[in-house]
Amino acid sequence: MSNSRIVVTGIGASSPIGGTAPESWDALLAGASGTRTLEYDWVEQYNLPVTFAAQAAVRPDTVLERPVAKRLDPSSQFALVAALEAWADAGSPDVDPERLGVDFATGIGGLWTLLDAWDTLREKGPRRVLPMTVPMLMPNAAAGNLSLHFGARAYARTVASACASSTESIVNAIEHLRDGLADVVIAGGTESVIHPVTLASFSSMQALSRRNDSPETASRPGAIDRDGFVMGEGAGVLILETEEHAKARGAKIYAAVVGGGVTADSYHITANDPEGTGAARAVRAALDMAGASPEDVTHVNAHLTSTPVGDPNEYTALHSVFGDRVREIPVSGTKASTGHLLGGTGALEAIFTVLALRDRVAPPTINMTEPDPAVPFRLSVEPQDLGSGDQLAISNSFGFGGHNAVAAFASV
Amino acid sequence: MAFSNDEVLAGLAELITDETGISADEVALEKSFTDDLDIDSISMMTIVVNAEEKFGVTIPDEEVKNLKTVGDAVTFITSNQA
Repeated sequence: MSNSRIVVTGIGASSPIGGTAPESWDALLAGASGTRTLEYDWVEQYNLPVTFAAQAAVRPDTVLERPVAKRLDPSSQFALVAALEAWADAGSPDVDPERLGVDFATGIGGLWTLLDAWDTLREKGPRRVLPMTVPMLMPNAAAGNLSLHFGARAYARTVASACASSTESIVNAIEHLRDGLADVVIAGGTESVIHPVTLASFSSMQALSRRNDSPETASRPGAIDRDGFVMGEGAGVLILETEEHAKARGAKIYAAVVGGGVTADSYHITANDPEGTGAARAVRAALDMAGASPEDVTHVNAHLTSTPVGDPNEYTALHSVFGDRVREIPVSGTKASTGHLLGGTGALEAIFTVLALRDRVAPPTINMTEPDPAVPFRLSVEPQDLGSGDQLAISNSFGFGGHNAVAAFASV
Repeated sequence: MAFSNDEVLAGLAELITDETGISADEVALEKSFTDDLDIDSISMMTIVVNAEEKFGVTIPDEEVKNLKTVGDAVTFITSNQA
């Protein structure tokens, strides 16, 4: 593995608080909430215990041409919309197709396509199940379609590690770029599964907030009265490339992505290890790859999903790495605004981290009623100034299955 | 209710536009699905499945390969209506 520096040259997002990365960032800084009551008949029809979610601000099928959109599950539509933005933002790099890779992620895949096809089969029989059903629902559909659309022939890989997925895909991209498999990588993740089945399942698990009467304030990372996460949807995409390649083509550089760590808990299929050792090892691995020490970290975009158990576990993990200094680092729990994009969340938060370094500001964590003494991070409902010096930030993601992924970014 | 040739042609054009983005004006009886309209096998099968539903006909898989042109499809559908 070489020590090539990897840089971020393009960003794109479709999120509950904006149809693009800049719109999402501006809304985040302004303290927006993307969570709303769901206006679908099925909410009442199935008497769902949770009646809200953070739906994307812009439906992707209103952005894409219809013949393109109808061959894509919504999750792949979000991926393509975000990738088109990121690619254009990077200046549509002129790159040898065999040196362009895709590292993508989804937590669940084409759930809507699968369940719609099942409904069609039961109501109308097998002849009405469309031929594109499987190619649309397969978990690699987003990666394959991005490869097809942008002519990426180095590779198109997919990782699935639930809510850690798209931080893991960024870490994979770093490794692939350093291993010399590509000069430019389209990296990120997507999810679009706000469906009665997932709402019912996460509700049965007692994982979702039940604040049906106040959806906008339901996601409360680190607050003492938090009662679960809020389902979100959307995608984030980053164009990553070697610094040599970026400089040779005169690309704008947002930040460097300097390290990544991926570990597994082997503790429980859904609960994270209360000791936080797996998460802490992922942070240390990311810092090791960056050649940095915990003292260098100036900002954390935390996983903080607003679940009663998960948030203090993340504090425990970070405290074990940073010691008491963890209380002084400006931390952001941006799921307060965006909800939890599951397989898309890591990439969206990586974009927020990159923009935090560019603008020298930690974005707000809204909905803080009263800080939980068990989660004494430095969170603020206002943006926090990061100062003018060199910045090193980490973005954390943890997923069902015991997956931990951390990416580290440096200001340029 | 039976559909006329013109109705079937217009309905097929709608399905083809929806699936491929090809303008309905391009869809004419003499056009070949593959050579003129550049419709791949998956799109062809999607159009067939949707046409069966729209026109209430059955188009057997072994018949699909005989539908070279839009006119072939119109003729098959109009002559096999229930």
